[in-house]
Amino acid sequence: MQPFDGAFAQAFQLMVSADPALMQIVGLSLQVSLSAVVIACAIGMPLGAALAVLRFPGRRVISLFVSAAMGLPPVVVGLALYMAFSQAGPLAVLDLLYTPAAMIVAQTVLVTPIVAALTRSAVAGLMEEFDETLRALRASRGQRIATLLWEARPALLTAALAGLGRAFAEVGAVMIVGGNINHVTRVMTTSIALETSKGALELALALGIILLILSLAINAAAMGLRPRPLGLAYAK
Amino acid sequence: MPNRSRVIPFPGVEAELPPILRVEGLGLSRGGRRVLDEVELSLPPYGITVLMGPNGAGKSLLLRCMAGLVEPDRGAVFTALGAAPAALVFQSPVLLNRSVAGNLRHALRLARIPRRARAERLDDLLMLAGLGDQATAPARTLSGGEQQRLAIVRALAAAPKLLLLDEPTSSLDPAATAEIERLIARTADDGVKVVLVTHDRAQAERMAEDVAFLHGGQVREHGAARSFFGQPASAEARAYLEGRLFV
Repeated sequence: MQPFDGAFAQAFQLMVSADPALMQIVGLSLQVSLSAVVIACAIGMPLGAALAVLRFPGRRVISLFVSAAMGLPPVVVGLALYMAFSQAGPLAVLDLLYTPAAMIVAQTVLVTPIVAALTRSAVAGLMEEFDETLRALRASRGQRIATLLWEARPALLTAALAGLGRAFAEVGAVMIVGGNINHVTRVMTTSIALETSKGALELALALGIILLILSLAINAAAMGLRPRPLGLAYAK
Repeated sequence: MPNRSRVIPFPGVEAELPPILRVEGLGLSRGGRRVLDEVELSLPPYGITVLMGPNGAGKSLLLRCMAGLVEPDRGAVFTALGAAPAALVFQSPVLLNRSVAGNLRHALRLARIPRRARAERLDDLLMLAGLGDQATAPARTLSGGEQQRLAIVRALAAAPKLLLLDEPTSSLDPAATAEIERLIARTADDGVKVVLVTHDRAQAERMAEDVAFLHGGQVREHGAARSFFGQPASAEARAYLEGRLFV
């Protein structure tokens, strides 16, 4: 146990002293994951709401694909994007490979289906409850979608948090498209994997603890923001 | 829904006035069963019409057809409402997770009431519901009777000429029911035509000016309330009022 004790002590030393290398990795991780989640919410929430409310040919097939995509293997997404962004790939002109932008794209691809599927489920549930009332109030289709999205805000917050959890925990895709380059594309998860493989546990431990604290802090803040349930939508 | 108006004599009423809504040959099937079958009904443009009938008679579906929420398989609903919509209030009021005033503001927005007129209209609706001192309270924390009053004035936000109420007091105690009845009576006095579905004979006798009795998806009789309760024309209505009618 002696070596681990030392690693913990050094990890806390790195955190307390706000080690510049550590802070740079944490900052890049936040930048990549938060950007990916914001973009995924911008795409996934309207998509999920549209799948719940609108009736059009192919809706069920798209819903099926969105649900199936929730379980996309990150390394497969990473490989596909690597091939797309590489010199021989169709998106080579964007010159994104081994950049934070490529990592944001990879995480967005992984997070969007989660946000869309959870939004679709939440809005569909609310639609059963509210749709007849909203139609009786002569709400247009757009007004119905807007009202349902607003009423679903606690569930949408949960969807965003689930997406953020996926983004924070992701290793495979960002490792492949980012390359884990020091000071350029090295984020918390890829650093933990690298440092652990090198036997340098102190930095890995420090990053692991920060990852946990960040996750807890974001969830606590979200719980504080979430409106309290005030009973059923209808009187019994 | 096409708008058409024709002068039709109404049973028990001396003056001939154009009906505010007329149902002609309305038919609707669900699961292979005819739930509405050649329904014919004309609503006078004033007062309170009560729809009565046993469970499964088709009252709620007829109300939804009148509101334009359900498309009938056959027949049509003709209205003289012009641009003013019919408003429908359900048995269980479904309120948004907002304050009392927030629910009304949302309805005023949906009704496209001009922004400058909304504040005054909001105050009027709060007063009408008797909820002026609870404007900022979360709507879902209100009692059942208060929620139903809020749902009714929310439906009035669009200034409808026709208010359709589907058993609005079925789950309320006598005091809350009396409040709702006062609100309905005042709404009718203000010139809004009210159609009320109820199983409560005493309530129907208190509120109705005319009664339409439905059975088996058809309007079996429609007439002035006094004659319906005193001497119902159909055997089914007699059995219903005596508690002997089973579906």
